[in-house]
Amino acid sequence: MRGHNLAYFLREGIKSIFLHGFMSFAAICIIVACLLIIGSFSLISYNVSLAIDNAEQQNEIVAFVDDTLSDEEAKDIENSIRAVPNVQDVIFVSRDQAFEEYSTELGEDSFLLDGLEDESVLRHRYRIFLNDIELMQETADNIENVPGIDKVNASLEISEGIISVRNVVRIVSYILAVILFCISVFIISNTVKLATFNRREEIAIMKMVGATNAFIRWPFIIEGFLLGVVGGAIAFFCQWGIYDYAAVKVHEYMQILNPVEFTDVYIPVLAIFLGAGFLVGVFGSVVTIRKFLKV
Amino acid sequence: MVRFSGVFKTYDNGVKAIKGIDMRIEDGEFVFLVGPSGSGKSTIVKLITSEERPTDGKIVVNGFNIGKLRSRTIPRLRRTLGVIFQDFRLIENKTVYENVAFAMRVIGAHPRQIADRVPKVLMLVGLSDKAHALPQELSGGEQQRVAIARALINNPRTIIADEPTGNLDPARSQEIMKLLERINSLGTTVIAVTHERGIVDSFEKRVIAIDDGKIVSDKTGGYIQ
Repeated sequence: MRGHNLAYFLREGIKSIFLHGFMSFAAICIIVACLLIIGSFSLISYNVSLAIDNAEQQNEIVAFVDDTLSDEEAKDIENSIRAVPNVQDVIFVSRDQAFEEYSTELGEDSFLLDGLEDESVLRHRYRIFLNDIELMQETADNIENVPGIDKVNASLEISEGIISVRNVVRIVSYILAVILFCISVFIISNTVKLATFNRREEIAIMKMVGATNAFIRWPFIIEGFLLGVVGGAIAFFCQWGIYDYAAVKVHEYMQILNPVEFTDVYIPVLAIFLGAGFLVGVFGSVVTIRKFLKV
Repeated sequence: MVRFSGVFKTYDNGVKAIKGIDMRIEDGEFVFLVGPSGSGKSTIVKLITSEERPTDGKIVVNGFNIGKLRSRTIPRLRRTLGVIFQDFRLIENKTVYENVAFAMRVIGAHPRQIADRVPKVLMLVGLSDKAHALPQELSGGEQQRVAIARALINNPRTIIADEPTGNLDPARSQEIMKLLERINSLGTTVIAVTHERGIVDSFEKRVIAIDDGKIVSDKTGGYIQ
């Protein structure tokens, strides 16, 4: 591309944005609105996923060791448990530790344990964390088969609940992302189509005097690129403000939820917004103008 | 040079617009293409500019075989042509100068070449003093002069004027035709499509009459039906 042509494309692209001010404004607004909707939902979905991951990590299986085993024998089982598929981590809890934990849990009511001076009423146990809680039942069965394990407690209802929530969130977020993406592309391509339609005479004249399709297309691509990137940047800063405000409010009302800081995710959000703005702007221009080049 | 050999054109909707045309227009000629509405004149213009392809037969325009022309080669053909329309087709938000320069700019001409050539062409069509006016500030005749300047700016071998006087009064029509005659005298082939008998009769030029998609007459001097 020659230097004077590049300067011409840039000048024409920028000039066209201001010349068709209302359409440019409408296109930017639509890009901002679509990115904000998709971005907000993605951030909600991301936070829900994090909360679920957190809940998953806290969901554990407790395996009680056979009473007849000595302390040393009880500790030796650990390697066998670690060898069970899907086991992420294993913590041995002795009778004494279990007694202390139990006492701590009871708090002011710990006097209830006063008559039980002998910790041997409790068993040695293992707290076992899993990689995938969807396989909790199968893993629990395998651990129960480990020699020396007497009984396994697995909160299957809780794990099933977490799995259901995670699956629902995942499916809903996929469906919404696809729907919103389609809506965005449809609205943006119509906006660009309208802008291009207004200039069909200009394009027809260019074709008639012998301009190549590439030459005609470049100013539109630059215009689409600039509109998309500006829309993406505006959406990013709006998203930042909205997210920070919403995160504070959510934490105020539900302290159990602790949304991630926007500054922890701003680089991928900025990259995605600018990338999506760029793609939608350029793609929208290229696809739409094709129709008008067939003269 | 424009050459039609056994050309037929049937549109997708089944309309047979051209039914076997043979004609040859040499470089430097001035030719009127006449005929009633719907006779096929506009289809001939579209075939010459490669907006349409012939269904059958061969068309050669300034060395380009229209039937075998690839899409990417069409701009090269069109740079050898200058087209003038009845409705002028000027860009409303560009000045006279910009409208003319635009046609040079979009084929990649250097700004220096544009600055050099546009004033000369505006002088040729008598619009030097209107260079900074917008199209809506001009009369119909002046707007058509801008369109002629735009058609001329890339130094085409052939000018195709499709009903160039259709929107003008008789006096302005004569002016425009005289301007086209002057351009022709400088060596450019001119093909003027019209159905105005008065215009054709006042110039002693070759007249090709079309009716129902066929050439019914090809003679010099006057509108012959």
